[in-house]
Amino acid sequence: MIELALEKSLFGPEGKMKLAVSCQIEKGELVGIYGPSGAGKSSILRLISGLMKPEGGLLKVDGEVWYSNVEAVNLKPTKRNIGMVFQEHSLFPNMSIAENLEFALSKGQPPQIVQDLLERVGLKKLASKKPSVLSGGQKQRVALARAMIRKPKILLLDEPFSALDMKMRAKLQEYLVQFHNEYGLTTLLVSHDASEISRMAQRVLVMENGKFSFDGEPRHFFQS
Amino acid sequence: MDFSPFYLTLRLALFTTGILFLIGIPLAYWLAFSRLRIKYVVEAIVSLPLVLPPTVLGFYLLLFFSPENPMGGFLDRYFDLRLVFTFPGLVLASVIYSLPFMVQPLRSGFTGIPKAWIDTTQTLGKGRWVTLSRVMLPNMKSALLTAGVLSFAHTVGEFGVVLMVGGNIPDETRVIAVAIYNEVEAMNYTQANTYSLILIGFSFLVLLITYWLNRDKSRVLSYD
Repeated sequence: MIELALEKSLFGPEGKMKLAVSCQIEKGELVGIYGPSGAGKSSILRLISGLMKPEGGLLKVDGEVWYSNVEAVNLKPTKRNIGMVFQEHSLFPNMSIAENLEFALSKGQPPQIVQDLLERVGLKKLASKKPSVLSGGQKQRVALARAMIRKPKILLLDEPFSALDMKMRAKLQEYLVQFHNEYGLTTLLVSHDASEISRMAQRVLVMENGKFSFDGEPRHFFQS
Repeated sequence: MDFSPFYLTLRLALFTTGILFLIGIPLAYWLAFSRLRIKYVVEAIVSLPLVLPPTVLGFYLLLFFSPENPMGGFLDRYFDLRLVFTFPGLVLASVIYSLPFMVQPLRSGFTGIPKAWIDTTQTLGKGRWVTLSRVMLPNMKSALLTAGVLSFAHTVGEFGVVLMVGGNIPDETRVIAVAIYNEVEAMNYTQANTYSLILIGFSFLVLLITYWLNRDKSRVLSYD
């Protein structure tokens, strides 16, 4: 379970904005974060991952404190067991597809998972190729597989499908739901595609000006 | 013909470039990513040799390391190390004089690395060293090559600093630029001409090879 109550001053398109959010996310939930650009959606993922430091509050994952200003705890991103996929795939161009996945292996982790995941996302035949020869959809499949290598507790997705066409988007959404269910993940998906959230998420957190303005089932929000 | 000034120059340039890589990579990394304001002071100091006449730098190094002065005296007494009119002194002066030619391209190389790659390595549990050695440096080969060649070529072309700190001792400090000056002073224009033509040919070849090797590298950073 993620217990989150965080604060951070952000500089958005309309000047300074205070992000102040609190919620609880149960283990195994797939939660969509929806809202207009500049509302602070991506910042929530960056705060959870540790890539951005909050100014105050508490972040607890399965009872372990990842951040607390009271206890002066701020776990480094490298110590948080998360997987993250960004809007731009960020594959390393000097490594082959397989090497990109191998890079993510933890010390002593059996490498078999690389081949398994490549097979799962249908890219085993391209394992030795460099990322530059892949299409946008294939790159995101590799990025998703790479995020799964360490078997994270939490999967954070920052508009990972927004640059893809509808067909490729649907295919990736399918992979994502499969991974989410099989690995027992807690997944947070930032998106400004209402249909994507409606289709995939059991719950949506709607953000406006750095605050949650709605927390509930997607159909209740998007039908209203 | 006496080739010893060429050997000496080559030895000096190789030592200087090697040492500059060891100093330049951490320094450029710090300048690229540090948020401390003092970095602008450091950057200005590093860049000083770009604007100062070499004789100014040479003059102060000569004073600083002279055995009659505290620092030079200290090194002489306790470490039996003389840096004036010796090869080690030339290396030290060259390292200081060519420092910006190593640091500036490397700094540009580091700042050209997409932030998303660095974020990704952190969310994959990798620390700074792994990020530097496996992601950053392999993807800035062009910057590494430029930095190495510029430092090497700049050292080969040194005159003012070398003359001030090293003097004109055969096989010890008489590098090619000083040897050419010597021959001109002695009205031995044929020898000066031969030395100069070899130097022009060598420098042209080095730059040609660099541009040729660099021809596709810029694509690596513009990838994505």
